[in-house]
This record gives sequence, structure tokens and C-alpha cells, in this order.
Amino acid sequence: MNLSFTVNRRARTLDIDPRVSLLDALRDHLHLTGSKKGCDHGQCGACTVLVNGRRINSCLSLAVMHEGDEIVTVEGLSDGAPSPLQAAFVKHDGFQCGFCTPGQLCSATGMLDEIAEGWPSHASADLDGPYELTQAELSERMSGNLCRCSCYPGINAAIRETAGTGDAT
Amino acid sequence: MTLDLKVDGQSEERAEAFAQGLLGTALDRPDGVLKVTGAAVYAADDVPEGCAYGMLVRAPGFGAIEVGNADEVRAMPGVLAVIRDKRMVRNAAQGTANAAPVQGVDSADYVGQPVALVVAESFEAARHAAQALQLRTDGGPLPVNPGDVETEGEPDTTGDLDAAMAEAPHRLDVTYTTPSMTSAPMEPHAAVAWWEGDALTVRSALQMLKYNRNELADSLGIDPAKVRLLAPYVGGGFGSKLGIAAEAVAAAIAAQDLGRPVRVVQHRRQVFETVTRRSETRQRLRLAADRTGKLSGIGQEAWVSNLPGEVFQEPVTQATAFAYGAVHRVIGERLERLHRPAAGSVRAPGEAVGVTILECAMDELANDIGIDPVELRLRNIPDTDPEGGIPFSSHMLAEALKTGARRFGWSDRAPKPRARREGEWWIGTGMSAAFRVNVMMEAEARIALSPEGAVVETDMTDIGTGTYAILTQIAGEALGLPAEKVEVRLGDTTYPPGSGSGGSWGAATTGNAVWLAAQEIRAELARRMECGEGELTLKDGTATCGNRRVALADLLDGATLEGHGHIEAGDAFSKVRQSTFGAHFAEVAVNDVTGEVRVRRMSGTFAAGRILNEKTARSQCHGGLTWGIGMALTEGMVHDRRDGHIVNRDLAEYHMAVNADVPPLDVHFLEERDPWAGPLMSKGIGELGICGAAAAVLNAIHHACGVRVRDLPATPDRVLAGLEE
Ligand code: FES
Ligand code: FES
Repeated sequence: MNLSFTVNRRARTLDIDPRVSLLDALRDHLHLTGSKKGCDHGQCGACTVLVNGRRINSCLSLAVMHEGDEIVTVEGLSDGAPSPLQAAFVKHDGFQCGFCTPGQLCSATGMLDEIAEGWPSHASADLDGPYELTQAELSERMSGNLCRCSCYPGINAAIRETAGTGDAT
Repeated sequence: MTLDLKVDGQSEERAEAFAQGLLGTALDRPDGVLKVTGAAVYAADDVPEGCAYGMLVRAPGFGAIEVGNADEVRAMPGVLAVIRDKRMVRNAAQGTANAAPVQGVDSADYVGQPVALVVAESFEAARHAAQALQLRTDGGPLPVNPGDVETEGEPDTTGDLDAAMAEAPHRLDVTYTTPSMTSAPMEPHAAVAWWEGDALTVRSALQMLKYNRNELADSLGIDPAKVRLLAPYVGGGFGSKLGIAAEAVAAAIAAQDLGRPVRVVQHRRQVFETVTRRSETRQRLRLAADRTGKLSGIGQEAWVSNLPGEVFQEPVTQATAFAYGAVHRVIGERLERLHRPAAGSVRAPGEAVGVTILECAMDELANDIGIDPVELRLRNIPDTDPEGGIPFSSHMLAEALKTGARRFGWSDRAPKPRARREGEWWIGTGMSAAFRVNVMMEAEARIALSPEGAVVETDMTDIGTGTYAILTQIAGEALGLPAEKVEVRLGDTTYPPGSGSGGSWGAATTGNAVWLAAQEIRAELARRMECGEGELTLKDGTATCGNRRVALADLLDGATLEGHGHIEAGDAFSKVRQSTFGAHFAEVAVNDVTGEVRVRRMSGTFAAGRILNEKTARSQCHGGLTWGIGMALTEGMVHDRRDGHIVNRDLAEYHMAVNADVPPLDVHFLEERDPWAGPLMSKGIGELGICGAAAAVLNAIHHACGVRVRDLPATPDRVLAGLEE
């Protein structure tokens, strides 16, 4: 099937088997291998990308469902130099093996927007925002991204530092 | 030339006097930017032109495999081959095996064994065809449950533990169980294989290339010299990538059969089954003590399992042998041959579950006697290794316990359980000692120093541990170069053989090889400076001797200087007992209504000789503590009682700690140099953090609410059952 969409601000077209997931389209067809496949079942978050600004598990979505969508992957978070969030991950050692990292970065980017837009989470005291990026909110909202290296302290420190500057997302 | 060192005795401290000031600092990972921008290339990422895609197929039962519809599957669109080759491996090789694991596809020894590979033009076609392949097995039931079979081996006995128990005023005799656990690195096992003539290259996710090369060659029946392995970035290992695994062997066979590159990535559920698990354990703990808590007897007997044909036996008690002094001892393992998926090394094999249960038992004893748990440990620290009578290279347990207790605020603790309540929640604290044997292996490394800087090469891997960072620091320190002037190249068997990552030995072993390579270059630079190597100061690309100062570039005169280092363990590892030590402290909240446990804070104080990079070492310890939380509260494989298969074989059903499960973690390193551990005086840190961490949590649960959970993990149902008593 034919598919036209935007990936990292660039228009792309693919003639693609309808069984191909968005993740595999990015990795194997567009060679954007930053997004990782940790489970292929929506259980780990390594494949998280932004679709029209929202974070999703790209392994759970078929590529052909994304006609006209705007996709941003980890490769699109930076323009040449690492973004402030990416730099903060390096500074705070928010990764070890680095395999969950692209997903953490895309997820954090989407998460910060969600909280800014007043989306509640399981950790929120009520359903009416606004919400602050407390540790409980951050941890809850980032718990769909597993890190077996267990870099949560560094991930959280990097996100908080970046959110504090206000201009990184 | 090569600078060889067999570590037979103590080394002299050198790095302290060096001028660059890079070693031990919290240097950011040099591979960091590649990892945060998605540019680091992992095993499955780089797909060559013309690549085909393979999918492994699992045995649904035991015994002879019968394929119902191979021809139909071969005829499916895009399918290239259905391969069932005798060289395919039953399970991943054990760490440092250096030879093929058990091979064959005719018959399955465990449910989930890979017995076929379907190859197709696309991943989607291969997956579809693999699902369509009908396999039948005719094997009858085989023993899969602990207790079903006779055991192999007996614990070591010293003195008379039964008599010591009978005489002691305080005695404890309890049995704990721990379930099978899994490494579950976030990167599933993956391989891309291609042949050029009779030469094979495989890009794969592996921890120990020099062994893996031999394992792959042996599996295929070819000369290891014809095999090149690439693993520059590895998405976590934790023991699961120590040995060559099913996907790499299958990919190599398929690439040869088809004459084109083949990629095989294990499905996450296959990773659970085909890669070695941490064995379940049953552990009987016996402790005999006098009124002051001094131990007269210590017993830790463990029952563990593995598949027939596997040499690995979970070394549950290896640290118990030297942890505490007691004259009367029964310590060791018994092995049961069960047809569950193969068992092998998972982060800190032995101590992860062994020290944890020992430390739970110590807590029970302290409680029975009515003395402080920290004090009980302090009273039982042996002067020499209780088994061999040899001295310890260093013994930092007392300092770790005292420093850790101070950092945590342990002195405020109520002596009795159930002393603190906040609404529905019981609050309590617990602690544990940490022990992990220190091991050195053999490694080589090469450094090329040119006017542009230094290039370090070894087939060592960085599985997240920080190898790129620490080797940069070691070479930079010894050669007087800032980090930007050092390039570290890893994960390619064309480089000198490193130690591989595993057993916490990677940093010290391969690090010392790099150190030696640098010493060889230093000696030559000193010769050119016409001074002794000891008087040579190297800093920021400049050599100084007395009042003579020359830029390195001038000294090199446009040429490249090579150093080659080779290190191996010698008598220093038998003359003295080498171990790392630590102390864990945890605070938990236990919900009186639901039995839910939340860890509120954790602190770990560790001694592992010189800390090579403060930042990456800390991250390793965060990992250890977090794995301890998982082990204590949520992690465990469930084996089907009928056929032993892993029921919860995915990341939704096997519960590792997530962000919200992990509280603020305090990690502190004690300043230490261990001269017996080689010239860098550094010991392994990657596994120490998990050793005993779960015990601190479990002991805190008891202190909070009075419930002693002896069957791990302490899930709400188990805690609640105790609360209701
Ligand atoms: S790969 Fe998509 S959630 Fe794991
Ligand atoms: S950095 Fe390894 S899984 Fe997160």
C-alpha cells in the first residue's frame, strides 16, 4: 500500500506491506533505527515516537494508519547538536546501555506537553489541572518506559532540569 | 612488544601521582551523544543490502519434533526457507563456555526450545510463516518441578553444625524460596550474519566476544579465525548475552544456505525461554549463636536446577563461605536436573539470591536475640577467610555498615517491629550487608598514540557498564591526554581480546590491560625524554622531565607509537581472599489493607577499590538497588507445573521495577585502593549493588508490619496473608 507522511519534518512516501508496524517502517524502511524494538507488544516503551505531537508505542500501530501524520523520532528531537533534554540525559547519566533511551526521550517530550496541557494522571489528586511536575507525577507518567539498566534517577533528574529551564521541549 | 603482567602479588600505586586528573572523575560517557541521538548502532540496526529475515520457532512440548506442513509454509508468499539444522543450539552458551552449547533440533528438552528457523524476504512474511508452521511433539512428561528428582552434589561440611545448633542459646532454622528470574535486557537478542567466501561476519548482541567467537565457530564446525563478531553497542546484558545464543547460530546457518545476509531477532517471548534464567532456589538457613550474637554455626544449603547437559549450577553460597566466621558449617548447593529452560548467570549469579537470603536470616536472628541487625553483622566479621584461613585483601564491611547506617539515619530506628504507622501504612526500615567475590580474568588491549591523540582497541564490550568512559579515562590518565584526545574502539574481534563483560571483572581486567599498554608507551616516551619513566609527567599532551618540556607531537615526530598490554590473574587471587563489600538500608511502607509494599528510600554504601568513574559506577549501583526492589517485591517467573514452560514470558507479566517503583536512591562509595587487585587497585562494581539489596527491603517489611515473607517475591497476597495472622 502507498503511504505518505512526514517524518522528522521531511515528507516521505512508502509502498508498504500493510502488516508493517510504524516502528518497522521507521527502522527497516526509512533506516531511522534510533527507535528501538524491545518487545513489539506495547510493553516496554522503547519504540515511543511522537505522532502529531503525542507519544505512542509505534510497535502497536500499523504504518499504513499514519497517512498524512507528522512523526517525530529521536533523530528528529535534535537539530545537529543534542537538544537540552538530550544533553541533560548525558549529564545526569540518564541511560547506561542506551537501548531504552530514544523511547525515554520521545516519551518525556510528549509527557511534558501533556502535563502542560493539563492532562491528569493516576498520581494526580484531582481531574482538573493544572498539574505540577512533582516527582510522583513524573514517575507515574514515565512508567510506561522500562529501563532494565534502571537509570530512573538520572532520567528523572534530566527531565526535571530540562523542564525547569522551560524551553527544552 | 607487549607489556605482560600476571597479578601474583600487590601492586604499587601509580595513578595517584599522574597529572591528568581524569581517572575516577564523573566523566560523561563518550558514547553518550550517540546514544541520546539514536545514532549508536545496535545489533539489529544495520541491515545490509539484500538481507533476508529469520524467525525462530519454538517447540510446543517435549521429545521428537514432527513438522506437519513444512512444504505449505515454504510455499507461502515471500518465504525463502524452513531451516532445521542439527547445528542450531538448544539454548544460549554458558558464560566463558568457549565451545558450542548443546545442539540439535530433532527433539526438545524443554518447552520453548528453538527447533526451526523460517526465513523470508521480509520480517512480516517470516513472522507469519513461523506462526503457521505446525510442530508436534510426542515426548512424555519429564521432571519439571523442584523435588521431582534425585539431587547431584552435597554441601561442604566443617565441624558439627547439628551439635552447635543443639547447644546454642539462639538458633534459627528456616527455609526460603526464590523463583526463577530473568535478565531481560531491553535489547532482545539479535544477529545479522553474512558470509564472504568462507569468512563469516556476525553483528550481534553479545557480552564476551573472544569466547563467543569460539562458541559460534564450534557450533558451525568452522575455524574461529574465519569468524568476525561485531558488538560495538549492546543494549544491556546482565548475563543473558554471555554466551552465543540461538539467533546468531541460526542466522549464520541461514546466511550460508541462502547465500545472502540474514537477520534474526529473538521475539521478546523467545528471549525469556531460550536465554538462560536465574535458577529458582530453595535455601535452608541454619544459624547458631551465643547470647551476644556471636555465631558458632552457619548453614546455608541450596537446591537449584538446570537442564541436563548444562555445567552451570547457581553458586548460591559462594560468598557465604567467607561472609561470617563460625566454626561449624554446612554450606553449598544441590542440583536438580529439571526440564525447565536452561539456567545460567544472571547479574551476580550466586550472591544475588544467596547473600539476600543469608541476610534475611541474619535479620531473623538479630530479632530473636534482640540485638541491632547492624551490630550482629559487626560482631561476626571474620579476621581471615573462614574457609581457607587466608587473609582478606581488604575488608571494608565494618566501615560500610557504619557509614551506611550514619547516612541513612539508622540510629533513630525503633528496635521492635510495628512501631510506626501513618494512616493505612506501616513504616519500617531494614538493612543488609553486601558481598561479592572479586575476580580477574585475562585481557589484552592496544593503544596507538599519534600526534592526534590515542586510539584504544580491544574486543571488550560496553553493555551499558561504561567501558567507553573508563577506558578513555585510564588511557588519558596514563598518557596525559584530555578525554577528547582518546578514542576507544570496542566490540570487534579484529581487536586484541579483552575480558568481556561479566562477573564484574570487565573494568578491572580490561582496564588494567589498557593501563599496561599505556605503560609501555610511557616507557618509550621516557626513553626519548632521556629520563626514568618514574620521573616522566604527562599532561595535556605535554611531556615533562625535570626542567625539560616537550610537546607529545614533537616527541612522536609525526609517527605513531604502539603499546600492547596483557594482564592475567595470578597468585594474588589465591593468596588472599578478594571481595567487594557494602551495606544496604531501606525504608518501606506496607499497606495494612492491601498488603502493597512501597519502597520509600534506599541507601547503599559500597567499597570496590578505586572507583574508575564516579558517574558510571553510581549508575551501576542504581541498577543493583533497583533489581533488589524487583527481586523483593515483584520479579519471578512462573513455571507451568505440568511442562515447566514459562507462563509469564513477557514484559507485561514479568514485573521488573518501573520508574514509579524506585524511590530516591543514595549511593556512596568508600575511598579504597586494593593493591591485590592489579595496578589500578580497582574491583568490580557492576553486581555488588544487587547482592543483598532485596534483603534490606524484605527486612524492612518485617520491621514495618511484623510479616516475614520467606517465599519471594513479597507480593501483596503474601504480605496480606501474614498481616491476617
Ligand atoms: S517495542 Fe513497542 S512497546 Fe516495546
Ligand atoms: S539504558 Fe539500558 S535499558 Fe535503559
